[in-house]
Amino acid sequence: MSDTTFAPSYGPVAIPVRELLPWAIFAGLMLMMAIYFVGAEEGATSLIRGTAVHEFLHDGRHLLGFPCH
Amino acid sequence: MVGKLLLRGMLVGLVAGILAFAFARVYGEPQVDQAIAFEEQQAQAAGETPEPEMISRATQAGIGLATGVLVYGAALGGLFSLVFAYAYGRLGSLGPRGTSALIALLGFLAVIVVPSLKYPANPPAVGNAETIGYRTELFFIMIVVSIAAMVAAVGLAQRLWNRLGAWNASIVAGLAFLVVFALVKAALPDINEVPENFSATVLWQFRIASLGIQLVLWTVVGLGFGAVAERVVAVRDQRSPTRRYA
Repeated sequence: MSDTTFAPSYGPVAIPVRELLPWAIFAGLMLMMAIYFVGAEEGATSLIRGTAVHEFLHDGRHLLGFPCH
Repeated sequence: MVGKLLLRGMLVGLVAGILAFAFARVYGEPQVDQAIAFEEQQAQAAGETPEPEMISRATQAGIGLATGVLVYGAALGGLFSLVFAYAYGRLGSLGPRGTSALIALLGFLAVIVVPSLKYPANPPAVGNAETIGYRTELFFIMIVVSIAAMVAAVGLAQRLWNRLGAWNASIVAGLAFLVVFALVKAALPDINEVPENFSATVLWQFRIASLGIQLVLWTVVGLGFGAVAERVVAVRDQRSPTRRYA
């Protein structure tokens, strides 16, 4: 009981959206680009010529569940 | 604060990726090899000249697979940490470990399980090359709709929380999610491009292995990130990291 008097507990404190937003936009975009390269580049769409990226990531793409070819 | 969480999320995701790679090597690769053998056999029977191998199978199944799964794992961990950064402190009194585990459970359902019920993973030899654009589009639409439905369901549960109690509010939200899924599943076109004579066993084992890889990723991220995040948020919450959250 004395615990509640001398060391009151604090609940979880939310991070303000203002602080979170820049991170969410920039990091979120970059991370999604990474997933795009693993999952879809040189498949349905292509930013880089050729099929080297597709062939190199072939097995991972299939096993991670992306439509590969 | 967010930067700290992001960095830790990506590191936990990298660890998850290493474990998922090991899992994929053992449980996934045999089916990929069998599917490729079937593909070559079909091409040979049709009298086609074999495609030149640009990148060797050993590279695809080794460093190629590792690169794909590790990058995917790190990216998943990073995005996970951003969702955590928003959700933490906004899900009642749920502590960091509970928040992380809950996001992982709901995320795994919304991002992996539900979309794969409509558009499951396919091994090589399954899928018509001409429809790749169409299939990729549907695959991502399914994921986006599923995530949106899950976010809406969580919002609904929170709104009903006080009126119905935690248990009933969650059941109602879960049912609402299922209704949306049933409607979307009926509305989107089916895809079935499994060639005749393709082994049902290989297809089943491939899909289970694929789901297993995701389960490894999401479990390690969900449980691992909670433990790591506890130390970061404890400072802000003015609690000693050794003390337990509610």
